[in-house]
Amino acid sequence: MRSLARNLGAALAVAVLVVILSIKLNTFRDYQIAEIAIYVTAIAGLTVLTGLSGQVSLGNGAFMAIGAYTTALVLMHLGWPFFAVLVVAAVVTAIAGAIVGVAAARLHGPYLAGATLMLGVALPSLSSVYPGVFGGDQGLNVVYTTPGFLGPNFPLTRWQAWVCSAVALVTLVLLANLSRSRVGRNWRALRDDEVAAALTGVNVARARVLAFVISATCAGMAGALLAIITELVAPGAFTITLSIALLTGAVIGGLGTLPGAIWGSLVIVLVPVYATDVATSHGLSTTVASNIPVAAYGVVLILVMLIFPQGIQGGVQWLLRLLGISGARLPHEASTADARPSAGETPARPHEKEGTQ
Amino acid sequence: MVEFLQFTLSGISFGMIYAAIALSLVLIWRGTRLVNFAQGAMAMFTTFIALEVIYHTGSYWAGFVVALAAGIVLGAVTELTVIRPTLGKPELNSVIVTIGLLVLLEGLAGIFYGGQFRSFPTAFSDTGLKAGSTPLGVSRFDVFVAASVLATTLLLAAGFRYTSAGLRMRAAAFNATVARLSGIRVARVITVGWALAAMLGALAGVLVSPSTFLYPNSMDNIFVFGFTAAVIGGLDSPVGAVIGGVLLGVVLNIAGGYLGADVTALIALGILVVVLMIRPAGIFSSARMRRV
Repeated sequence: MRSLARNLGAALAVAVLVVILSIKLNTFRDYQIAEIAIYVTAIAGLTVLTGLSGQVSLGNGAFMAIGAYTTALVLMHLGWPFFAVLVVAAVVTAIAGAIVGVAAARLHGPYLAGATLMLGVALPSLSSVYPGVFGGDQGLNVVYTTPGFLGPNFPLTRWQAWVCSAVALVTLVLLANLSRSRVGRNWRALRDDEVAAALTGVNVARARVLAFVISATCAGMAGALLAIITELVAPGAFTITLSIALLTGAVIGGLGTLPGAIWGSLVIVLVPVYATDVATSHGLSTTVASNIPVAAYGVVLILVMLIFPQGIQGGVQWLLRLLGISGARLPHEASTADARPSAGETPARPHEKEGTQ
Repeated sequence: MVEFLQFTLSGISFGMIYAAIALSLVLIWRGTRLVNFAQGAMAMFTTFIALEVIYHTGSYWAGFVVALAAGIVLGAVTELTVIRPTLGKPELNSVIVTIGLLVLLEGLAGIFYGGQFRSFPTAFSDTGLKAGSTPLGVSRFDVFVAASVLATTLLLAAGFRYTSAGLRMRAAAFNATVARLSGIRVARVITVGWALAAMLGALAGVLVSPSTFLYPNSMDNIFVFGFTAAVIGGLDSPVGAVIGGVLLGVVLNIAGGYLGADVTALIALGILVVVLMIRPAGIFSSARMRRV
């Protein structure tokens, strides 16, 4: 109960912060807030899947595509209000997640990564195979406006930032609760030792599929939000780069930690923008200026992993402990670092997960 | 029927390139238990170096040799500088480092060479060969592609089987702890594995670039299909990687030829799903117990 109250309090504080920021900052920054919130939603789902249940997915971009296309199609053909559409998108991607989860239940490590990567590559190509439904490479346009009660002069990007942040925060609170519940404990047990988990009565197959369903649902909602902020749903937005960015964000933020999902999203969205600002302000030629952010982003990924093996959240916790505020526990600290020794009776395993043949 | 034969033959040529990438991934997987996502980007980078050399010397073969040498250096340097510190850390860390390297290399290639597509020369004529009057759908260069990957693969296989260095590498891949106890410098073996893998990747880059053009992202798709081939074959099996690569190349080329290029990724997904449903660790996985 106390953790629920604390999570709700933290979410409320962030919500107030977002509202203040979105009013103070300009339209472009509002768009970034929305973008960050979308990544938070998707990465939070992935960090639960990969960090808690131990299943790697390089295909969550595909679930985002499903959510985005569902949103575009429902808005276009049925014209439902957005929150109803969001629910539809979540349900559709949950079903997709269940199908993928069942198919993937026997796969581990790189085999799962390979299968989900191919899913992420293959699924967007459906839009070219059925251009009549999905609009081919041009994609589908999405019409989204501010609700009437805000008056005609309310900036659309500010409203979008609010909607996206609200969804992200609700998702975070729900996932935080879930990961502290029996479901979350089962996932951790399963991640640390599948056989031991099965022996203690965890339904391994069901837990693994459930993790996929939840992760896909989050990605689907993120896709729905992406559809309304970009106002266009096209296959070009859902390349493997997106799926890889999601996993990258989850790991450099701190795998299995929900605050890590926030750090990871901040890095993914802000590092390239910041590097572009620096590059263009130094008057470099366009080819150089447009590629420096890419290279800088690569360097940041490598450095974060070398300096903070537990991700940014691991670094934050280390800093807090150093300052002697270790009593101020962040939510879901019980993750990669803490859960491993406690979750199983088995002694610490060597690192090579696939064993030595 | 002629069409089918043409698709099959040119599929083998493409499949050999997937096989080279798959094999390089297998080499690294066996040594370090990690999938190197930068494999394609490293190959792209060494191919740019080759293009530079060819431009300045006018000799294709100088570029070819320099590309392979650059691959060896790049692979070894990568392992020593950024990969080694991540081993023994949470296992996805090293994967993210390779993703970081992928992004970095593509960014650097963009800075140095820009984003435009560059054509890359071939070693031999790329006009189609004919049997009598029927075109075979492959050129002399395609034959060279298949032959050079096959030759490299066989050389590597022979090296692994018949040399003491190869024995050390197999021992290190089989059981690192025992290998270390019997006096093998496992760390050095891993570095050599990375160097050889990057050399194979460089070979694939030089061979595929005439047909895909060369640009910072040009190896992305090749990497995805190479990875798929390695997964189909089983990441522990070099033979599986080659067979998986050729199988994927042929099936995708036939499917793409008859049904259009849009479906190739879907077909690849289909093959992957079917194979992994039946054998969750690839066709050539040895039946082994998961940790108990």
